[in-house]
Amino acid sequence: MKSSLNAQTIAAAALVAALLLLPAYSSLTGNIFILTLFTRIVILALAAVSLNLIMGYGGMMSFGHAAYLGIGGYAVGILAQEGIGSGYAQFAVALAASALFALVIGALSLRTRGVYFIMITLAFAQMAYYVASGLARYGGDDGLTIYKRSDFGGLVNLSDRVQFYYLCLACLLAVVFLIWRIVNSRFGLVVQGLRSNEQRMQAIGFASKRYKLVCFVIAGTLCGLAGALLANNTDFISPAVMYWTRSGDLMVMVILGGMGTLFGPVVGAVLYLVLEELLSQLTEYWALIMGPLLLLVVLFGRGGIMGLLGRLNRG
Amino acid sequence: MLLVVEQFLNGLQFGLLLFLLAAGLTLVFGIMDLVNLAHGSLYMMGAYFAATFVAWTGSFVLGALLALGATLLLGIVLELAALRHLYGRDHLDHVLATFGLILFFNEAVRLVWGPAGLALPLPSWLAFPVTIMPGIQYPAYRLAIIVVALLVALLLYLGVMRTRIGMLIRAGASNREMIGALGINIKLLYTLVFGLGAALAGLAGLMQAPILTVQIGMGENILILAFVVIVIGGIGSIRGAFIAAILIGLIDTLGRAFLPNLLRQILSSAAASTAAPAMSSMLIYLLMAIVLVVRPEGLFPASRR
Repeated sequence: MKSSLNAQTIAAAALVAALLLLPAYSSLTGNIFILTLFTRIVILALAAVSLNLIMGYGGMMSFGHAAYLGIGGYAVGILAQEGIGSGYAQFAVALAASALFALVIGALSLRTRGVYFIMITLAFAQMAYYVASGLARYGGDDGLTIYKRSDFGGLVNLSDRVQFYYLCLACLLAVVFLIWRIVNSRFGLVVQGLRSNEQRMQAIGFASKRYKLVCFVIAGTLCGLAGALLANNTDFISPAVMYWTRSGDLMVMVILGGMGTLFGPVVGAVLYLVLEELLSQLTEYWALIMGPLLLLVVLFGRGGIMGLLGRLNRG
Repeated sequence: MLLVVEQFLNGLQFGLLLFLLAAGLTLVFGIMDLVNLAHGSLYMMGAYFAATFVAWTGSFVLGALLALGATLLLGIVLELAALRHLYGRDHLDHVLATFGLILFFNEAVRLVWGPAGLALPLPSWLAFPVTIMPGIQYPAYRLAIIVVALLVALLLYLGVMRTRIGMLIRAGASNREMIGALGINIKLLYTLVFGLGAALAGLAGLMQAPILTVQIGMGENILILAFVVIVIGGIGSIRGAFIAAILIGLIDTLGRAFLPNLLRQILSSAAASTAAPAMSSMLIYLLMAIVLVVRPEGLFPASRR
């Protein structure tokens, strides 16, 4: 970004401002529904942002990212079921479990590349899906209702809509900031170098696999956070969260917004989910419009929304 | 013994169906380098077309042939209208665009045929059990599926290995630019290959239709299995797809049938009956993960680029 005031920056700033002011709008108009909708959008944007770290910056096309949503969610759900209501414990377990899962599947998956990588991550996510379906004690296929949201003492009350929304938004902005720092650090530059030419980076002497694995684990852990928030938002967790079409949704959000841009996935998530909501109000058959729309974005809008805005700059 | 033979045949039948799906997928993947998530939708369309045309014509064979033609046509139209513009693009663009197509097809089916599934009755002349071994009977329809799928596999093998078009297809799989440079009408070849893949998917869908319910989303589960097959077999390799499909079909079916009993011998019966369904569903993904870890390009890599 050369000039500080280009279309992309303005769009990102406007979006953040709108997200920050949303609860005020909601309480002024008494429209509670929009707050619930946007809480979900912010959480899924967080997941998309984490996916963008490996997909956009690292060039690792994971088709199993929704697995972490489930792992984070089940960490909260299972601990709540077993009587451990402390949010600190629940979120710590959610993050640790996601990191561990990412470490194991990353170490195995990174042996492959290209389409094979897409497919092996998909396979691991499907395994996680079937493990969750087999958890008879925790609802199996039907899922698990969470009767009490994570308890953070007096710090923040997750059952309060506005507080929970701001917690999710704070997590999102913190993660975007973190990714900005990562991408511009030495580590992030190495990872981006690996995306453009792995052999050359190896020849210079970088242990390519180790860098990619660390990046993969960071992204998985951050998505685990989104999973823990998502379970709190719906008071429910089921294997469906991990199904492969959910991973597809996350990929669509990232590509729609613009891969490898800082705010692209947030824009993509907002656009995708708002569009889904609007179209489904318009007609029962919303996917009939949504599907071809995605096709058109691919055919004519390279680089997603952020790519379009970037071209707008150049006139 | 009786159960073993029956389940073995079920596994074989399922594997051969998977092969029909995976053959088209692996050709499109290997030659056009296109990741087509909408392949499962073509499978679904084949089943819906068959259910409709059989009801119209009152004849299973006629309806099936019409459905086959309709899926072929649909595949060609799809290629001409949308997918040919995606060749040479990034795999991610393919994923996004064909994901959109899945949404579209599912919704279009809901609009046209309604949300409830359809049933395609077994053709009466195949609705009887056949004695395949003394004391062992097996449904004639499932045997017919095995025979038809094997015939198609043989035709496909002869077509790809012995004909001029097949030679071009193989050449396309190993070096696309070169056969274009040699003056082959590559666009036409691509359209033909895509149509062929669509027809094979449609055939799998319409043959499976009388056994399962014809419903929205039926393509998605099996699409992932077909991807597992082509990844294990090696992308672009029909031989690999054949072997992997039979392997997956057998492992999946036999796992579901016998794993619960095996587990019951090690675990308590309550634990076994809860763990077994999840474990047998996981088996094939486990197999795929192991294959990819040991051989990152599948069992029969078609070409080294």
